[in-house]
Amino acid sequence: MDLIIGHYNYWLVIIIMMAGFYTVISRGNLVKKIAGLNIFQVSVFMLYISIGNVKDGAVPIIEKGVTLYSNPLPHVLILTAIVVGVATTALGLALVVRIKEAYGTIEEDEIHNQDHSL
Amino acid sequence: MIESHLSLLIVALPLLAAPIVAVLPNGRMPWAFSTLVSWAVFAMACLQLINVSTGNVISYELGGWAPPWGIEYRIDAANALVALIVAGIAAVTLPYALKSVEKEIPQQQHSLFYAAFMLCFTGLLGITLTGDIFNLFVFLEISSLSSYALISLGKQRQALTAAYQYLIMGTIGATFFIIGVGLLYAMTGTLNMVDLAQRLPELYEHRTIQTAFAFIMVGFALKLALFPLHLWLPNAYTYAPTVVTVFLAATATKVAVYVMLRVVFSVFGFTFIEDTPTDELFIILCIAGILMMSFYAIYQHDAKRLLAYSSVAQIGYMMIGIGLGSALGITATLVHLFNHALMKGALFMAIGAIVYQIGSSRIEDFSGLGKKMPWTFAAIVVGGLSLIGVPGTAGFISKWYLILAAIEQQHWLIVVVILLGSLLAVIYVWKLVEALYFKPATESSKTVSVQEAPLMLLIPTWLLVLANVYFGFNTELTVGTAETAIQLLLPGTNK
Repeated sequence: MDLIIGHYNYWLVIIIMMAGFYTVISRGNLVKKIAGLNIFQVSVFMLYISIGNVKDGAVPIIEKGVTLYSNPLPHVLILTAIVVGVATTALGLALVVRIKEAYGTIEEDEIHNQDHSL
Repeated sequence: MIESHLSLLIVALPLLAAPIVAVLPNGRMPWAFSTLVSWAVFAMACLQLINVSTGNVISYELGGWAPPWGIEYRIDAANALVALIVAGIAAVTLPYALKSVEKEIPQQQHSLFYAAFMLCFTGLLGITLTGDIFNLFVFLEISSLSSYALISLGKQRQALTAAYQYLIMGTIGATFFIIGVGLLYAMTGTLNMVDLAQRLPELYEHRTIQTAFAFIMVGFALKLALFPLHLWLPNAYTYAPTVVTVFLAATATKVAVYVMLRVVFSVFGFTFIEDTPTDELFIILCIAGILMMSFYAIYQHDAKRLLAYSSVAQIGYMMIGIGLGSALGITATLVHLFNHALMKGALFMAIGAIVYQIGSSRIEDFSGLGKKMPWTFAAIVVGGLSLIGVPGTAGFISKWYLILAAIEQQHWLIVVVILLGSLLAVIYVWKLVEALYFKPATESSKTVSVQEAPLMLLIPTWLLVLANVYFGFNTELTVGTAETAIQLLLPGTNK
């Protein structure tokens, strides 16, 4: 039981990761794919934040009388990854806009048909 | 003063150049500035390789923070060689870019194009030189995001879908990589590669470490287009602007192969890999990749796509060296990494020169062009011979070492596959030669008045072609450096 409840955040990470990954693979709509990619990345953010937690550790701000702090480094790392994720999403959506202009659709199979009917 | 900061300058110079290029007025200014920067970086990369050629390691502390807490740039013979390839290819690609970009990309996007190019250049150099595994991820994303943008600038609309497909697969690969890095950090509490290498051996049996390893391997196999994770590559190379194809084909996958080499040998250590099925898996996938992708290449109707499939096959040769895990195998990987950059660079440039003249990369449009563009045609022939691995070209050297490595471990199947792959390469190179030289010229409006490509395209192409021949005879730089690198990657082996 402790394996499930004690590590509930890791279980959530796995569930969200798989949900996002499945969306990326299974959806034909280009915007939904980007949304799936986002969810997939968010799970990694959660993973890093969970790693940083130290049992009974305080918020990592120096204060008198506190000796045990959580590890702030993974949080800082994941800030970088969040920025990267935002940039990826922006670029991906920009590409979708251009694809919509060029093909008139954002459904993968319709794009595929257009390219191969020529 | 400058000397001691050389390691950082190589990465920082193009990074600082990128925003400057972006605000320069459109015209020739952005091109001239980026070319100068790439030459300066190339000179610094040469210097750096000389500094480490004796087998010493340069450690540079970023901002004066001592590793393992601070970010460390760690330069040894292996990554100095890769940095030299990246810088060298950029230094010859950019002069080529002037004419090619003028024709393929609208004038108002030129300064942004070169800015993205500089960012991609920064990212690739950063990946090679950094000694910090999270820093590597950041540079990986810098290079990837800029290359998605660069690919999407291709003239045909398929360039957009190719870039999108690459974005999805590239991001999945990079995310897998950070999952792996996160798990490593959770177990060891460090991100510095040297530090990781010291702490990992006692954790080899731990499930988390094995999971981390699997995530990192799959992530980078996606980035380097290891068969069967190569699906993004053919479209991206086919529809990207010529200059981008030349640069990415010659550098991006090579840098990813280098990371694989670094992670496998410097971070985890080959003793760990031998306990997992990774090495056998690499060899099986590479064998399948070499054969299938070479067959695919034969059936392509587009010259760029043909070369792209051939690239996937050639990545197989590089990864086999890692799979073998011996000193000879790594020599073959490093040497082929270098030589393949030269040959694919030369071939894509030559095809690009034809595209510049006739506006098409379909092989059926090439009929009879060999006689009208003799220099371009000769470049394709020499580049093609190098791709096949004919003695006297760079390609021969790398295949020679790979076959030696396979024989050393009595992997006869690999020897057969390498020879078979070379035969298949003969067929697809012949397909180009046949179309260019032996088919009668069609007197269509496209090809009737075709002349030789301008010198600005021919000179960079021939620089790479001659490098192919030069490194086929003089192996001191490639093999010599690789052997120095092995002392560091595989400590305890005598060559």
